[in-house]
Amino acid sequence: MRVLVLVKYTPDLVSDRAFAADGTVDRAAVDGNLSELDEYAVEQALQIAEKGSDVEVTYLTMGPAEATGALRKALSMGGDKGIHVLDDSLHGSDYLSTSLVLAEAIKKAGFDLVITGMASTDGNGGVISAMLAERLGVSQVTLAGEILSVDDSSVTIRRDGDLASMTITGALPAVVSVTDQTGEARYPSFRGIMAAKNKPVETWSLADLGVDAELVGLAGAGTSVESADRRPPRTAGEIVTDDGDGGIKAADFLVSNKLV
Amino acid sequence: MAEVLVLVDHIDGSVRKPTFELLTLANRIGEPSAVFLGAGYSEDARKTLADHGAEKVYVVDSADVTDYLVAPSAEALAAVVAQSSPAAVLLVSSQDGKEIAARLAVKTNSGLITDATDVEASDKGPVATASAFAASWKVSSVATSGTPIITVKPNSADVTEVAGAGTEVRVDVSFSDLAKSAKVSDVRPRAASGRPDLGEASIVVSGGRGLGGAENFAVVEALADALGGAVGASRAAVDAGWYPHPFQVGQTGKTVSPQVYIAVGISGAIQHRAGMQTSKNIIAINKDNEAPIFELADLGIVGDLFKVVPQLTEEIIKRKS
Repeated sequence: MRVLVLVKYTPDLVSDRAFAADGTVDRAAVDGNLSELDEYAVEQALQIAEKGSDVEVTYLTMGPAEATGALRKALSMGGDKGIHVLDDSLHGSDYLSTSLVLAEAIKKAGFDLVITGMASTDGNGGVISAMLAERLGVSQVTLAGEILSVDDSSVTIRRDGDLASMTITGALPAVVSVTDQTGEARYPSFRGIMAAKNKPVETWSLADLGVDAELVGLAGAGTSVESADRRPPRTAGEIVTDDGDGGIKAADFLVSNKLV
Repeated sequence: MAEVLVLVDHIDGSVRKPTFELLTLANRIGEPSAVFLGAGYSEDARKTLADHGAEKVYVVDSADVTDYLVAPSAEALAAVVAQSSPAAVLLVSSQDGKEIAARLAVKTNSGLITDATDVEASDKGPVATASAFAASWKVSSVATSGTPIITVKPNSADVTEVAGAGTEVRVDVSFSDLAKSAKVSDVRPRAASGRPDLGEASIVVSGGRGLGGAENFAVVEALADALGGAVGASRAAVDAGWYPHPFQVGQTGKTVSPQVYIAVGISGAIQHRAGMQTSKNIIAINKDNEAPIFELADLGIVGDLFKVVPQLTEEIIKRKS
């Protein structure tokens, strides 16, 4: 079985993240790493590989040169190889063009199962997996809180919705996304980190994928950022130490501000 | 004026409040039409949509929409888009809403904007405002290709009642085999807590690591009940198994923006702040005076939550009676 895991290199969550003047995420200003939510996808893929026989795990990323960091981190956790879609014209791609490029790369790589995280930690959209299922014309089996079973013909998950929990079964090939409820990801071992250095990583350009550069990047995006501004920081309010009347002070605050 | 489609968020035909917020926003940018997919459509549903401004109510009455995940809804909505050529499509930023929007965007080659908290008309079409980077930035975008498709978070607009014609338009859709490729079974509705929905509540009381155990969430629940609010939990509390995941507030849970947010025993890690820092008023109760949550709080109380919270609960009950 060919399992393809999508990984994204995202700015460190605790860094001072910002937008550049062109409305894109400023990736140069801060350190990045494998998106924390993608680690759950890596973990689930590795568990499938451990349980099955003849399972090949490939990681796919799209992003600037430093995005290989996401591939190397994932490869240090396990898996077989990496693919990096790297092309200057990708800068500024939105959901529409990102999903287009990823779908072409997935087709070129070949797959039975695509696994993604529930969202990226920078854009936070959570829409790419559904877009890929639509573009690839395969089953969408998304937002798994648990992967219940996978075999050569189908995948079954538990999806925890806002109003109900449900079981979803889809025929392979399929796109599966997993939430942070699927279980903590493993830490890379020292051996894993050393082994990752020798695992193959291919670099593909847009030309390799046969995608027209006009369809991607800022020029090809279906959306345009009109403005991006830092929100003024919340002004700190009153901090009091409880002297036995802390609860009453809180009630006073709610009542005097007409909040109850 | 061009139509603006609003996908109706409903449970078995009972229309949920975020739908009315979307109709209110749709009214700003065009002529609102509601799109009702799935079983449970009734005259009551039509009327309540009309009372909130829907000029037309498109109805695709098919069990396929609930028997299969997301894809049939996207096909049905695409069929309505093809027939109405709307100026925009608005959906609720729920799990299903975002995924339906995602597939619709691909089908119609349209610009997609997610998690908007405001939508305004402009000469470039609807401008959607959203938060980014744990709500530390505000980003306004427009769609430049196809039909603008915008998902909007609950609580983003005050609902206005305005009469629309509510003309019912039945739409027949035959679904592709692909749309029926992910089968839904064993649906278990979440047990009703009797409390307002976390995403829609005007008051939210959340508990964190400081509670020390699942049984102590009773303290948080008692305060929420006294205030008529919803209960939330930090990721630390959810990961520890003290409270169920659907109640998690934060980057990987719900993003809430209530009138009042009360953080009980929550330190305020970035993961949590991402989900609550656009709340209008924040009260934090924590024994550590250096907890980052105090940087956001309009009122911070440094003290033992097991003393402060029950006293607050008692005081609220006393003042309400």
